[in-house]
Amino acid sequence: MTPDLNSVPSLAPGCRLNEKNQQPRVLHMPERALRLNGPSLEIVERCDGSHTVQQIISELQKLYSKAEPQRIERDILDYFALLHDKRAVNFDSQPAPGKAEGAA
Amino acid sequence: MTSDLPKPLALIAELTHRCPLHCVYCSNPLEMKTRAEELPAEVWSKVFREAAAAGVLQADFTGGEPLARPDLEDLIGAARVSGLYVSLITSGLPLDEERLERLVRAGLDHMQLSFQGASEEPANEIAGTKVHAHKLRVLSWVRRHRIALTLNFVIHRRNIDQLEQMLALAESSGAGRIEFANVQYYGWAFENRANLLPTREQLNRSLELIQQAQEKFRGKIQIEYVVPDYYAKYPKACMGGWGRKLILIAPNGDALPCHAARIIPGCHFENVKDHTLGEIWERSDAFQKFRGEEWMSETCRSCDRRTQDFGGCRCQALLLAGNVAATDPVCSLAPDRSIVDAIVAAANSGGTDSLVKPEWIYRSNPS
Repeated sequence: MTPDLNSVPSLAPGCRLNEKNQQPRVLHMPERALRLNGPSLEIVERCDGSHTVQQIISELQKLYSKAEPQRIERDILDYFALLHDKRAVNFDSQPAPGKAEGAA
Repeated sequence: MTSDLPKPLALIAELTHRCPLHCVYCSNPLEMKTRAEELPAEVWSKVFREAAAAGVLQADFTGGEPLARPDLEDLIGAARVSGLYVSLITSGLPLDEERLERLVRAGLDHMQLSFQGASEEPANEIAGTKVHAHKLRVLSWVRRHRIALTLNFVIHRRNIDQLEQMLALAESSGAGRIEFANVQYYGWAFENRANLLPTREQLNRSLELIQQAQEKFRGKIQIEYVVPDYYAKYPKACMGGWGRKLILIAPNGDALPCHAARIIPGCHFENVKDHTLGEIWERSDAFQKFRGEEWMSETCRSCDRRTQDFGGCRCQALLLAGNVAATDPVCSLAPDRSIVDAIVAAANSGGTDSLVKPEWIYRSNPS
């Protein structure tokens, strides 16, 4: 499954990041946790119902400007496919109500 | 903590052994703790803080029936404040809409609702009381909240042919996960094994069906299937390995490496009232007992799979082979495999006599 670039990812019910002061940072899911570091944390932190997939890709391409942009896009789409398979992320066609400030 | 000792990942909090159900395969020990022995909320709060400090990520609240504790809301809140992810493993009895609302407000992340079957009569027979209709009401309430929902079906000879109906129930419930867990034979299930172990034909049919369902619901519903290990070629890495991932705290505060460990003779369990959870994890005799490879039989010690399944389940070795350090008899390489073969052969002789109601030994309820 490849998400639409204009869709808006948000964490599924019962999936959440642990607190900022906790180490290691993880994405909690029912019966499992996914350890996050660097790029994966940057991606999951933006799954807040206010960023489109395209916006997340653009922001990470800026953050990791030394890496090849195409590669970043492909890695992010693969990672979203994994999160979708694990049912950790839902993709909506538009931002969640009240969360439109990040949208283009 | 020594560098090669893994951190505990999950805390299994057995809040009580009291339960309104009498399921014939209950994983609780045959001798249960009474209400008077149960830990108060302050001690549980201490346990949650110590667990988080030791590296635990999630707390699984179980029992008995956790809802039997009137302070369950406080316990959920305390676990969340400590930084843990909180799952509630429940039968949904007794639960009403208002209490569910309070549990969610306290910070509940995930509810695992157990079902004994897909329809009223067979489900109630297994639970030993009328529960199925109420569970359906609970399902309709849970949908209104933003928490994760898992439907758990315990599978056995009497209901393994109804997987399609169970799938349909789960699909209509909006659950994100379904667990079909074949009965594991300890405690009450061991007593009722002859009426619970499915035939090989039943098992093969179920495997095919689950595979199709996993494909069909990919990305929509996660479907887990736990097979009965009597039919497996290799044993399960029980609890992810003894003292490697999980720590169970019994209702009275005893810390156990697994649900059934109390049956092991000469095993002494430290209590969280006397020691911190971290100390118990690192140093207690019970958790050290089957770590590493020294205790293993030659069969396991010389086997390449010893780092994957850690010799299988100690309680199963004791129950079936009478030797707690034996290779798990379900392993095809085990010297004692013939014991399991004989049990499997008996389960496959004759039909599944689905019309005859078996003589169940129902789980009792502690005072």
